[in-house]
Amino acid sequence: MTKVLMDGNSAIAEAAIRAGCQCYFGYPITPQNELTEYMALNLSRRKGCAFVQAESEVAAINMVYGASVAGARAMTSSSSPGISLKQEGISYLAACELPAVIVNMQRGGPGLGSISAAQSDYFQATRGGGHGDYRTIVLGPSSVQELADMTMRAFDLADKYKIPVIILGDGVLGQMKEPVEFKREAPTVLAVREGSLRGAKGRPSRIIKTFTSNPSELEEINWSLFRRYTLIKKEETTFETFLTEDARLVVVAFGIAARIAKGAIKNLRAEGLKVGLMRPITLWPFPDEPLKEMAKTIKQYLVFEMNMGQMLEDVQLALAGQGEVAFYGRPGGVIPNPSEVARVIARLYYQKGLK
Amino acid sequence: MLIKTLIAGFGGQGVLSMGLNLAEAAMLEGKNVTYLPAYGAEVRGGTANCTVAISDDEIASPVASSPEFVIAMNQPSALKFQHHIQSGGLFFLNSSLVEAEIIRGDIEIVRVPANKIAEDLGSPKAANMVMLGAFTKKSGVVELSNVTEALKHILSAKKKLLEVNEKALQTGYNLF
Repeated sequence: MTKVLMDGNSAIAEAAIRAGCQCYFGYPITPQNELTEYMALNLSRRKGCAFVQAESEVAAINMVYGASVAGARAMTSSSSPGISLKQEGISYLAACELPAVIVNMQRGGPGLGSISAAQSDYFQATRGGGHGDYRTIVLGPSSVQELADMTMRAFDLADKYKIPVIILGDGVLGQMKEPVEFKREAPTVLAVREGSLRGAKGRPSRIIKTFTSNPSELEEINWSLFRRYTLIKKEETTFETFLTEDARLVVVAFGIAARIAKGAIKNLRAEGLKVGLMRPITLWPFPDEPLKEMAKTIKQYLVFEMNMGQMLEDVQLALAGQGEVAFYGRPGGVIPNPSEVARVIARLYYQKGLK
Repeated sequence: MLIKTLIAGFGGQGVLSMGLNLAEAAMLEGKNVTYLPAYGAEVRGGTANCTVAISDDEIASPVASSPEFVIAMNQPSALKFQHHIQSGGLFFLNSSLVEAEIIRGDIEIVRVPANKIAEDLGSPKAANMVMLGAFTKKSGVVELSNVTEALKHILSAKKKLLEVNEKALQTGYNLF
């Protein structure tokens, strides 16, 4: 398999097609337009597939809902303000136990914010986002290659657990080009998921709905969802560590921030500072057990995010008072460089007398 | 070693194509590479720029606050980015359009009359390739053969343009 130079947005689209995505519904917003454009050009040409530029974000997510009900692998993408608009639909998908892939190439917020890359939708993504008691699986890629790989994984996870999966990228990942390799060929036959609604000929009719007037019934639905969430947490929690074995200080970061932190850590290691990186790859389920385990030997943590401290709360919850947690963040779409992060790490390292 | 190059000019001068061509050439050499176009709310006739990072190791950030190399295809870009270049770096100026005096003794300034050379070759639009050729020779970050290979790939759907662009590339390379 040869590598091609591709921007992150297009790589997601190509990976989705290769993962058997049958339906894409989108509405334009910077910095993710290349994804919609790629789908317009390439998905619409494929037999049995549909590309629709919807009239709004709300329409797009509800089209995903319809396609998923009909058993197709369906996807939508947007950026922060547009993802806010989709929350009602995501809540309905979660309630009906429907698979779907939702891409958020985050930009600065709140409000219309900026068009530069940010990580300020972590809370929204990992806490459900819409109304009601539910979770979505959230993946945090940090390179164009990971965008491609995680898109394929997202479709598989969505189908396996009948759950909406969010890919939480950002404007830089979407816009930048890197060499990427696609590890699957597009399927020639598109599967129809079991239990979908495509006409009830020869079988009893099925109903997919989110409303029940019986609270006990709804309570059982909530319990059933959470039983599955427990299973997802056990089976699918993914993270990466880098040079943590002998580390006296561990930086916890995700996505593009983790990549910047890794660069900083390499430079500090070259100067003899014992620092490492812990990178959650699934942001929900969050790798709290591995962090708890790490806290038995490593006491100093620095959470670094391109926001004002959101994953920070998950780290604090995981550590539950073991160890000390510091924070460094740049909100609004500012992209810190590795030397800036290295200075912050080094300052903390010496202030805490870890030398 | 990590090398970051920033390429800037007017929209339409082909600065993003230059970056893309350089990035593809680096990929063909088996290097790690990132290409990041500036995607601000740009206006027609305004400035465009992109950053290419090339390294043997993983690249931490595709953004360059102080690039090793800067190519300025027009006057506003030369003025804007002159202070960003790292000491010891190279500053490529399209001297056909840049009149500014650059007062920095800690960088090497490479003047290339890219528009004039391209016009003499009979293809004024290929000024970017003249500059990329000169850059390839002076910077040494990638081999000319890979830049040419990448150009062939980029222009695979527009074969008619290949010959003039290749010629412009070679002419720029032969300047130094």
